[in-house]
Amino acid sequence: MSDTQKLSDLPTGQYAVIVSLPHGVAGLTRLREMGVLPGTKIQLIRRAPLGDPLEISVRGSLLSLRQQEAELIEIRPTE
Amino acid sequence: MPDQAAASPQKSRLTYALVGNPNCGKTTVFNALTGLRQKVGNYPGVTVERKEGECTSPRGERIRLIDLPGSYSLNARSPDEAVLRDVLLGRREDTPKPDRVICVIDTSNLERNLYLATQILELGLPTILVLNMIDVAEEKGLKVDFSQIETRFGCPVIPMQANSQKGLVELKFAMGKEDLAAPAEIDLKLSEDIRNGLNSGHQILLSSSVVAADANPCESLYLLSQHDPGHHGITDSQWPIIKSARAQLEKDVPAWEDQIVSARYDWIHEHCERFVSRPGEAKASLTDRLDGILLHPLWGWVTVLAIMAVLFYLIFSIADGPMGWIETFFEATGGAVQGMMPPGDLRDLITDGIIAGVGGVVIFLPQILILFFFIGLMEDTGYMARVAFIMDRLMSKVGLNGKSFLPLLSSYACAVPGVMATRTIDSPKDRLITILVVPLASCSARLPVYLLMIATMIPSEQIPVLTKVGLMVSMYFLGTFGAFVFAWLFNRGLMKGESSPMILELPSYKAPSFKGIFLQLWERTRIFIRRAGTIILGISILLWAAATYPKSDSEDPAVQLSESIAGKVGHAMEPLIKPLGYDWKMGIGLLASFAAREVFVSTMSIVYSVEESDEDILPLRDRLLAETRPDGSAMYTPLVCLSLMVFYVFAMQCMSTVAIVKRETNGWKWPLFQVGYMTATAYFAALLVYQVGSLLGY
Repeated sequence: MSDTQKLSDLPTGQYAVIVSLPHGVAGLTRLREMGVLPGTKIQLIRRAPLGDPLEISVRGSLLSLRQQEAELIEIRPTE
Repeated sequence: MPDQAAASPQKSRLTYALVGNPNCGKTTVFNALTGLRQKVGNYPGVTVERKEGECTSPRGERIRLIDLPGSYSLNARSPDEAVLRDVLLGRREDTPKPDRVICVIDTSNLERNLYLATQILELGLPTILVLNMIDVAEEKGLKVDFSQIETRFGCPVIPMQANSQKGLVELKFAMGKEDLAAPAEIDLKLSEDIRNGLNSGHQILLSSSVVAADANPCESLYLLSQHDPGHHGITDSQWPIIKSARAQLEKDVPAWEDQIVSARYDWIHEHCERFVSRPGEAKASLTDRLDGILLHPLWGWVTVLAIMAVLFYLIFSIADGPMGWIETFFEATGGAVQGMMPPGDLRDLITDGIIAGVGGVVIFLPQILILFFFIGLMEDTGYMARVAFIMDRLMSKVGLNGKSFLPLLSSYACAVPGVMATRTIDSPKDRLITILVVPLASCSARLPVYLLMIATMIPSEQIPVLTKVGLMVSMYFLGTFGAFVFAWLFNRGLMKGESSPMILELPSYKAPSFKGIFLQLWERTRIFIRRAGTIILGISILLWAAATYPKSDSEDPAVQLSESIAGKVGHAMEPLIKPLGYDWKMGIGLLASFAAREVFVSTMSIVYSVEESDEDILPLRDRLLAETRPDGSAMYTPLVCLSLMVFYVFAMQCMSTVAIVKRETNGWKWPLFQVGYMTATAYFAALLVYQVGSLLGY
């Protein structure tokens, strides 16, 4: 079991499990509704050519979110 | 046939609502069902597109279809999503509550699509689930047991591939069924606290009549949710009740909304295991491989730039031919009218006012069509989201998001499609700011003015062409810079309120549906012609009258113009525009070009009695160069030309854009603000150029 880290620090191509998202942050509820929940497995696909936003794969779909939001999301890297 | 149609009573006609996630192929299903029998408009009070259509059941009954905005959830975040929820709950008096629902699901993204689907089923309306894009799901290796889903949800499930009409007959058959059972209950596992909290919230709203006595508890649930952009039909006196109920619930059960989201996904996950089998190892899909190139740090940029280059090449080369035909057509029509009618004011009104005025705007139609087509193509294939992804960082510097990029870019050809393309921006604030700044991009109507002024400024053949090109480029740069500065300013000061985080789905790539694209093209064009048409006609007539009355005794058109209302206003304006280096003759030009910028050139030709010719601006240029001030010095000094160009960079002189902004912002407030801030900027920028330039001795 490795330690948790921020989604924004996850290297490209790496898989991870969401550990926690803060409550009451505008937009994060929508991210939850799109399937990004504690316990969900995700993969960081790539960063945009200018470094921000990030593209993740979650439950079979591809989502883009900004660094700013990714910094609020705790994850645990997995294989 | 007409008798039969009249005999079938309207009220017995079934109304279906068509709902689904964005990118689930809902529009394709709608187009396949209705074909050309569609009506597009706006929901009153909001700028949300309202689409309705009609289809026929296998037994020949007419069915009414309302295509509701796509959304990921009934918990609305934007005006579009609020319309979806309010129509389904029957809260909008302008749209009847649908009898039944067709919920379109992207089968290749079953879990996330079922999130909205389960919310819809909870509303209790008889529902048909369309599992669309089964081909994409198969390609991903997903195996779906449709009969299991049908059993669990208690509603018809239609596997479909809407782009090749597969499943369409089955869907129409299901739609025509006499009775459609209400769906089975979705039994989310919620804690006792949440159940009690929601129940007491519902009781409060019931007892204060915020919701009707027979309302579905879901109606209260959505009213109690936070961050909602507004519910239709809630009075000012009801808001305090809702707000206090919200606060109470949040206090009793902190983070209750997030818990419901989790419970819903748990429910879906638990059942999905039964419906779907996934391959052990997912192979790289077409989308993965394409994104490897199209979002590549280097090739991503190369592709975006290449596509933009092709787009602009098409706009400026291919559009040329049809623009010539349109011009010829309007000239010929004007000529024909001239030949048929006796000379007089009425004839002049028709030829010089109406035909010339409307022609001057319609001439941009080919460019607008090409832009609409490209925008539709990029939206339909899924590439648009990639452009937003690549450009987001750049646009976020001034507080906008990646989706503002394309509207801005389109505006370099014409601001009309640019403003209309802002509909894809979900955040109302970002959308408004984008609408306000895009006309600062130098559109093609400014080009004739720039060309004339640069030719006048640098008449000599000795000066290298590169200098002229450099001047032109700096005008484009100045407009772009202005757009970014004003976006930044508006984002800071004008509109408070949190900007919503940009969460964007990158949909799977798909082959474009040309039928869908052309339908959309037709719709947008119709809106442009109808909305802009009325205003254009009005202003053209006004401007014509201002240049015609009162009549002068002179036969010379230049004298006539100077003695008309327009001429008098030009004279009256002179003190105001003198600090910019202009005289009253240029004032007339500025005034006339409020209709459309390129009118400046033809107006100046009349003012200086130069035979106008499209091919050659040299006669007019030479006339401008010969023009002198009362003291004998040259009128059109390089500094005056520069000042005039800078004025045109910033000024809002386009009635078509004003008309479209009025439509897209739902009133006169924002277009008038836009005209105001842009004209003020144009004035002060030109003033700065002329005064500083004069001080420096130019």
